[in-house]
Amino acid sequence: MSAPRKTTSELVRRSLARRYRAEKRFRAIGLAAIITSLACLATLFITISSNGYPAFFQTRIQLRVFFAPDLFDAANLSRADYESLVKRSLRNSFPDVSGRNTKRLLYRLVSSGAAYQLRELVVNNPGLIGTTQEVWVPASDEVDMFMKGYVDRTTPESDRLIKDIQLTWIDRLNTDKRLKKVFNTTFFTAGDSRDPELSGIRGAAVGSFYLLLITLLLSFPIGVAAAIYLEEFAGRNRWTDIIEVNINNLAAIPSIVFGLLGLAVFLNFFGMPRSSPLVGGLVMTMMTLPTIIIASRIALQSVPPSIREAALGVGASRMQTVIHHVLPLALPGMLTGTIIGMARALGESAPLLMIGMVAFIADIPGSITDPATALPVQIYLWADSPERAFMERTSAAIMVLLAFLILMNGAAVFLRNRFERRW
Amino acid sequence: MNKIFAQLIVAGTITLLPVLGGSTVSFAAGRDYVSIVGSSTVYPFATVVAEKFGRTSRFKTPKIESTGSGGGMKLFCAGIGVRHPDITNASRRIKASELKMCRDNGVREIVEVKVGYDGIVLANSKKSPAMHISRKELFLALAREVPAPDGTARAVPNPYTTWREINPSLPAVKIEVLGPPPTSGTRDAFVELVMEEGAGAFPWIKALKKKDKNEYKRICRTVREDGAYLEAGENDNLIIQKLEANPSAFGIFGFSFLDQNLDKIQGSFIDGGQPTFDAIADGSYAVSRPLFFYVKKKHVAVIPGLQEFLDEFTSDRAWGPDGYLADRGLIPMPDEERKAYGDAVKNLKTLQNL
Repeated sequence: MSAPRKTTSELVRRSLARRYRAEKRFRAIGLAAIITSLACLATLFITISSNGYPAFFQTRIQLRVFFAPDLFDAANLSRADYESLVKRSLRNSFPDVSGRNTKRLLYRLVSSGAAYQLRELVVNNPGLIGTTQEVWVPASDEVDMFMKGYVDRTTPESDRLIKDIQLTWIDRLNTDKRLKKVFNTTFFTAGDSRDPELSGIRGAAVGSFYLLLITLLLSFPIGVAAAIYLEEFAGRNRWTDIIEVNINNLAAIPSIVFGLLGLAVFLNFFGMPRSSPLVGGLVMTMMTLPTIIIASRIALQSVPPSIREAALGVGASRMQTVIHHVLPLALPGMLTGTIIGMARALGESAPLLMIGMVAFIADIPGSITDPATALPVQIYLWADSPERAFMERTSAAIMVLLAFLILMNGAAVFLRNRFERRW
Repeated sequence: MNKIFAQLIVAGTITLLPVLGGSTVSFAAGRDYVSIVGSSTVYPFATVVAEKFGRTSRFKTPKIESTGSGGGMKLFCAGIGVRHPDITNASRRIKASELKMCRDNGVREIVEVKVGYDGIVLANSKKSPAMHISRKELFLALAREVPAPDGTARAVPNPYTTWREINPSLPAVKIEVLGPPPTSGTRDAFVELVMEEGAGAFPWIKALKKKDKNEYKRICRTVREDGAYLEAGENDNLIIQKLEANPSAFGIFGFSFLDQNLDKIQGSFIDGGQPTFDAIADGSYAVSRPLFFYVKKKHVAVIPGLQEFLDEFTSDRAWGPDGYLADRGLIPMPDEERKAYGDAVKNLKTLQNL
């Protein structure tokens, strides 16, 4: 006889503690994974926002400008020498400044945008000529960096972009309340600029908008139609298998390859305009199509066959079955896939390099054939600029891009929750 | 509910398509802006001119792509016509092979414009002392094969791991240099101006130039690949951040990045010269290279604003000694040279041979 056999309940009781421990461990590991990823995300958000948040404010200097009539030619107000008008006003504010180099330092307090601002003022209101006005003009990026605390007064003068004499002027302007930080509207209304204080993301945002518009209008109908055909009409044979393998393959191809394809086909063969959102959108369409087709097919598969059978049973044709019954039920899933594909297209910059969208484009694009950049490209270009003030603008642009991405992904989740039906 | 939703989306798609179709028709016609490609070193200067030009003239702002000098030449030389760029920037002179490629593709009349000079600096963090080094020592530190330390005329794989091994007056830290990849014009210029010059200090290498050109090039121009020289990509801001984090490392980049970051990094003295604006301008800092752009003469009459853009670029308020480009770190040419290139632009004098 062997030892008395343990009953099942005994075995269970013995292993119970061990199983509870294993369960706890497993849960703890899962929780730790979530906490780690949340911590990474939080670090990313916090560093980017703390770097980028100052870019939403911009230092301005109040200038007393005398619009001297001798500078203006009534016939051509926009061609007047506004730069010397700014220089004159600065000299009047600091009459004790002499010497060529010192004057140059003085002129560097205000941005070159001050002249453009005065020109706009005069062109819109010629009555200003002959009067004296107090005008708030943008400060140069160097002053702006100083006001935001990026410049240390204690470093030796030779190592600072702001010189000692400029510090005394800034202090004087400060005590006279002629310096203030305001909300940086330029950042949202202007296109790219090589002066950080005049640069904005509107051009890149409009470029991204056109690009996504084309991508959506092409990839959504094509993707959905392809998915419906493959899922509802095509038979299962070797051809559809080959197509399926290829679609899955395309979804995994690195995006730069689509850029090369776009360069060869759309630019070199069809002769479409370089750097235009039209070509960018076509390239992105090729890139997002596999994603949309795959998501749409899964959405169609999740519609129960009983719906189709019921529709066919009451005499609907196959097309009616699909359009009246299957498609509306599958649409939320399709839209989710589309939005996620769009979000990927919004954040993509590698293929744009090949088709010339990585470029300095100051004008805001007015149509899909105008040269344009996109948001991620703008981030890349600013990150590579020597001027220090572009660093915070890079982070600010990342914040804007992230906001759009969160918005789009949020919309995907909303659509899914609002319209999706479960069986 | 869901059905209406579906119909709305289909209807929206169908109504928007013709809108797009309408605007795509126009692209075969002309181009009303100047298209520029080329060097990422010239990019920060060309964009400043383009922006000034766009804001103060009635023309559109030129479009400038940063493709690198070599990539720019390829696009530029691809042909004549609005589909091809009007100007290419280069941080080195056009090569004979590129000129031939241009000619083969019908781009026969090219105007060469030198815009100024750019210094190449070797810099490190301010937390470490500044380095005084010669080009010969830099060659010994960075070449893949160097003359044997025993003095015989043969090349051996680079044995040096610290600066002190090369010259006892240099610091006893590991050789660690962050620099641009081979695709970069800055790298080409560094190899030519520093390494090749430094190698010339050895008579037998100099003699090799006549005897065996390929061997000469191989010794002078091959940068070591054992980790002492790290390719840090084209982003110079990134190199500066890495230098700050690692005070014993050095970086190679253009002068304008040193100029903007003087509070964090310092330029090394090379052959006794310190990289300052004035020293590069008067030639006492030896490592500087000319920057160019090339224009298609046939495009000048066709593309609106191209002539005016050239006038703006070559005006004294832009590239003069007190111009706004000098404020950005471009080293202006001496007066005579500037006048010569200014005249070449006015008369659209084409480049015949190199």
